[in-house]
Amino acid sequence: MAPKKKSGRSPPGPLEYLRRWQMQAWLAAVAIFLYAPLIALMAFSFNDSRRNIVWNGFTLKYYEKAFNNAGLIEAFGNSLTIAAVSTVVSVVLGAMVALALWRFRFPGKTALNGALALPIVVPEICMGVAMLVFFARVMPWPQGMVWPLNLGAIIIAHVSFSFPFVAVVVRARMTSFNREMEEAARDLGAGEWRTIRDVILPHMAPSLVAGALLAFTLSLDDFVITFFTAGPDTVTFPVKVYSMVRFSVTPEVNAASTILIVLTVILTAVALKLQGNSAATAGHGGDKS
Amino acid sequence: MEQSWKQAKAVFAGALGPPLFWLVLFFLVPLAIVWAYSFGQNDGLTDIAITGTWANYARAIEPLYLKIFIKSVWVAAITTGLCLVIGFPVALAITFASEKTKTWLLLLIMLPFWTNLLIRTYALIAVLRTEGYVNMGLEWLWNGMGGLAPLLGLAPIGEFQPLELLHNNFAVILGLIYVHLPFMVLPLYSALDRLDKSLLEASLDLGAGHMRTLFKVVVPLALPGIASGVLITFIPALGAYLTPDLLGGPDSQMIANVIERQFKRANDWPFGAAMSFLLMYLTFIAIALQAVLSRKKPEAK
Repeated sequence: MAPKKKSGRSPPGPLEYLRRWQMQAWLAAVAIFLYAPLIALMAFSFNDSRRNIVWNGFTLKYYEKAFNNAGLIEAFGNSLTIAAVSTVVSVVLGAMVALALWRFRFPGKTALNGALALPIVVPEICMGVAMLVFFARVMPWPQGMVWPLNLGAIIIAHVSFSFPFVAVVVRARMTSFNREMEEAARDLGAGEWRTIRDVILPHMAPSLVAGALLAFTLSLDDFVITFFTAGPDTVTFPVKVYSMVRFSVTPEVNAASTILIVLTVILTAVALKLQGNSAATAGHGGDKS
Repeated sequence: MEQSWKQAKAVFAGALGPPLFWLVLFFLVPLAIVWAYSFGQNDGLTDIAITGTWANYARAIEPLYLKIFIKSVWVAAITTGLCLVIGFPVALAITFASEKTKTWLLLLIMLPFWTNLLIRTYALIAVLRTEGYVNMGLEWLWNGMGGLAPLLGLAPIGEFQPLELLHNNFAVILGLIYVHLPFMVLPLYSALDRLDKSLLEASLDLGAGHMRTLFKVVVPLALPGIASGVLITFIPALGAYLTPDLLGGPDSQMIANVIERQFKRANDWPFGAAMSFLLMYLTFIAIALQAVLSRKKPEAK
């Protein structure tokens, strides 16, 4: 309980937990636990050995193989398309419902709040099963449609679980909106649409970016729900990797995974930067007007 | 304040209509159908007759399936508990870090969270399997030790036997912790971050040790955050499909695996539907429990 070890400069302050060696050791252990498997996975994607365990030298041949694997590339394209379309739809729907809930009092609001929370809390497997049943029995998605359209069922399922998340993010942002601004805009003669476009949307903007990022990642990440909605010709990247992993651990999967990890990291970095900037500018805009 | 919807019916309908339509048609209706199916029975190969029978639920609580339910709750509870123990110090460290370090530490926790779940599970397979990194490392150590053993007067230790780390309950729990740790750390952090730090300083000044301060001051104050962290970890862990499927063995199936089998292989949709709804009810019970607990605590003081 007494300070165990004094650092070179000064003993850690009572609340500077981060400067205690026990805490640093704990953090380091957690970081190793979280990152070692991923780093090993990435490192061994460059390993010139089929058995994948002993380092045999650097190679890019598994990347070549992954890129020449038509099924994998198609699955990757499918995943990105689904993520892009479902993000756009989710952001629009999420912003609309957030706007309605923020602005209006209406009967059944509590029920709607509850129903909107359902897709967030319902276990993925239950939702996947529901989607399977829905698209098998109620609204069969037409078979053999041309490329982006055959992904419709998966996109619909992804929007269903993503847009409530967007709504949560946007609503959190709208609590900081000063309603007087809206009234002022209306007093100054702006119509409904104009008020939404010029006053409310700019305030919403950072949360729309954050919501879009969330929706995109949720869609790209989803396996279980897609697994239940995907057909044989609508395979997404996680579903493809799943079928590859079930057979064996191969460097090719390592290579494909590495590409996705790097993509995710870049995407997150860009989004964080964008979000930081847009949050800052939105704040400035608000001050000036 | 909020406007009544009657004051601007067009805007109200325009904003609420499409999302409501989507939510009802593409979420509530499918769930309702599954719910209806849970009271049905297979009628021929493809048809399901909804007869209002409780037989599917009766079957779900037969010992075979009841055991899987209990086991799933148990595995999810162990996972949540370990995540709390592992995650709490991390959240504490982030809370008291400097602004700049804080951002980096949060990113450190968040980054694996953004990474695809399947890839993270796959990474664990590569670590744990018989020819995985852990066994390779151990073998290397073992062989090193083997050289030392005779010098210490011990019997030769023989061939290295790889540990069975994959396809068992240990792997499932490890995998669930690996995947869900960020779910625990983030709510804990946001709860701890809101704490009034002067209370901690007061406790330390008045002579309480760090451990005593932690358990008598920090934990009680952060209890709502701990409760939400526990809930956010417990729910997905309970319904986990991928982790037990890929990391578990034949005896480490969880509810989700049984449900998947009913729908994709056994083709017994009514029974699968009943299992899904039992899983949902368990989830709702967990949520209700948390709501009740976090409402009671402030009154108790």
